Amino acid sequence: MIVIFGIFLLTLLVITAIAIVRTDNLFVAVMLMGIASLLIAGNFFLLDAADVALTEAAVGAGISTVLFLSALALTSERERARSSNRALSFTVVAAAALILIYATFDKPRFGDPQAPSQIHVAPWYLEKTPEYIDIPNVVTAVLGSFRGYDTLGEVFVVFTAGIGVLFLLGSGVPLGSLPREKINEGLRHHLIPRVVGRVLIPFILLFGLYVQFHGEYGPGGGFQAGAIIAAAIILFALLEGERRAMSVIPARALLGLMAFGPLLYVAVGVAGIVLGGNFLDYSVLSSDSVKGQQLGILLIEAGVGITVTGVLLSIFHAFAARGR
Amino acid sequence: MEILGLYNYWVFAILLMIGFYAVIAKRNLVKKLIGLSLFQAAVFLLYITMGKVDGGTAPIFSDAGTTIFSNPLPQVLILTAIVVGISTTALGLGIVVRLKEEYGSIEEHEIQEIDEQ
Amino acid sequence: MTTLLEILSWVLLSLGGLSILIGGIGALRMPDLYTRMHAASITDSMGTILVLLGIMLQAGWSLATIKLIAILLFLLLTSPTSSNALASAALLAGTRPFDEADQDEEKEEEKEKEKEKERE
Repeated sequence: MIVIFGIFLLTLLVITAIAIVRTDNLFVAVMLMGIASLLIAGNFFLLDAADVALTEAAVGAGISTVLFLSALALTSERERARSSNRALSFTVVAAAALILIYATFDKPRFGDPQAPSQIHVAPWYLEKTPEYIDIPNVVTAVLGSFRGYDTLGEVFVVFTAGIGVLFLLGSGVPLGSLPREKINEGLRHHLIPRVVGRVLIPFILLFGLYVQFHGEYGPGGGFQAGAIIAAAIILFALLEGERRAMSVIPARALLGLMAFGPLLYVAVGVAGIVLGGNFLDYSVLSSDSVKGQQLGILLIEAGVGITVTGVLLSIFHAFAARGR
Repeated sequence: MEILGLYNYWVFAILLMIGFYAVIAKRNLVKKLIGLSLFQAAVFLLYITMGKVDGGTAPIFSDAGTTIFSNPLPQVLILTAIVVGISTTALGLGIVVRLKEEYGSIEEHEIQEIDEQ
Repeated sequence: MTTLLEILSWVLLSLGGLSILIGGIGALRMPDLYTRMHAASITDSMGTILVLLGIMLQAGWSLATIKLIAILLFLLLTSPTSSNALASAALLAGTRPFDEADQDEEKEEEKEKEKEKERE
């Protein structure tokens, strides 16, 4: 029964994707991408991937739409030319799609518990998580502890993207140097969004913190929390204007957040060495090795959340402050 | 019943190729980036589909006492991949904004013409 | 008692689904932006409330119900606000509401242009 629901969502997804590619108004394409992200998130939830669904909804449907819209505000709204080599591209693409569909007939049956991907490594992780780490969410355990190196690399990728955008676009013109009329005052003249926003923003921040610290017990963790907190502050910046947002959290504080996150992560790793274990070995952080693992995961998830918040906010301010 | 299971993989193939078509056939740079995002989303769909187990639930130990869980490893991988994807998209959009400022256009053929002059 | 609750929850869910369908048909059939938003707001209000109430009845008295109440409050607060913001933005951008007098004017202008072309 659930399978039919999944098929319905996937069909809607394909229709939305075709509409995204065919429209020539880029704003419409970005809005449709938000819908596509939400459909994919729904699908992930049906396929038992709760953490991934939360991340896709927060990052894909939320932050990605804002980034695309700020970039579109600085470039053009409409796509101008017709595509080049449409017949050739279409033939290549159709041939590749047919080959891929032909290849899918050899895949193991959908959901087969005896498929090769389910019997080699996954049972080990499911068995050993209660023994070594003892937190309910296996995905956070694997992400934070068993595969901690990969997450360290990912934090550095996010950090690098933030630095890259800051190099390209700058962190914004110092707002003191602009005449007052030119500074964007946001939606100051619109009463209803401002009032409702003021009521909601504290709760969104609270929810972001809940998702951060609840990552060990349910779906959640650093990435989702960072995206939600960044979304709350972006909402504040949209409603109250760039100047107030920059005065509430100045650019230097954002740079500090961006740098502090990876620093915290690496510090936890080095603390493992100092206390006698290996790099990123959390068992030595406390006298009880299981408690040490939990403490380690808590600290690095905090580092991840801080990094993601700082980077997403820096990127948003870099886009928003451009074009003056 | 097998077709119902294969539908996920077919949608993956179709979505992959739609995104790829946007990357190679469209001339607008932002459209290419959007196509790239669709491509990435299709790959995520493939991995998560491969991780599903019949009758399983999300890999979170709860008091309900279920013993069959879906595979947690593809989910970890895709979690990382989603965040990396948004980072590269943000960087790509920064480059597009700078191109617009320098060349005055974000259509690929117009930029090439200006370059050849 | 449980059967009664189940039947009630299924009735609520079906009514919610019907409201969403009506909102969707309205959003397609209406002539311009403002009337379409008016139709889609049926989805925001009736659809949301009925569907979430139906799910709450199935969840009983548990943590899930409290979370659903929180979601309901959040949606009831934000959906009308975003509709308001959208309508303000459309008005500022110059989108005019649909007016049959405008359509008649356009038809008359087209007829006059055709007559001028025939004279030439």
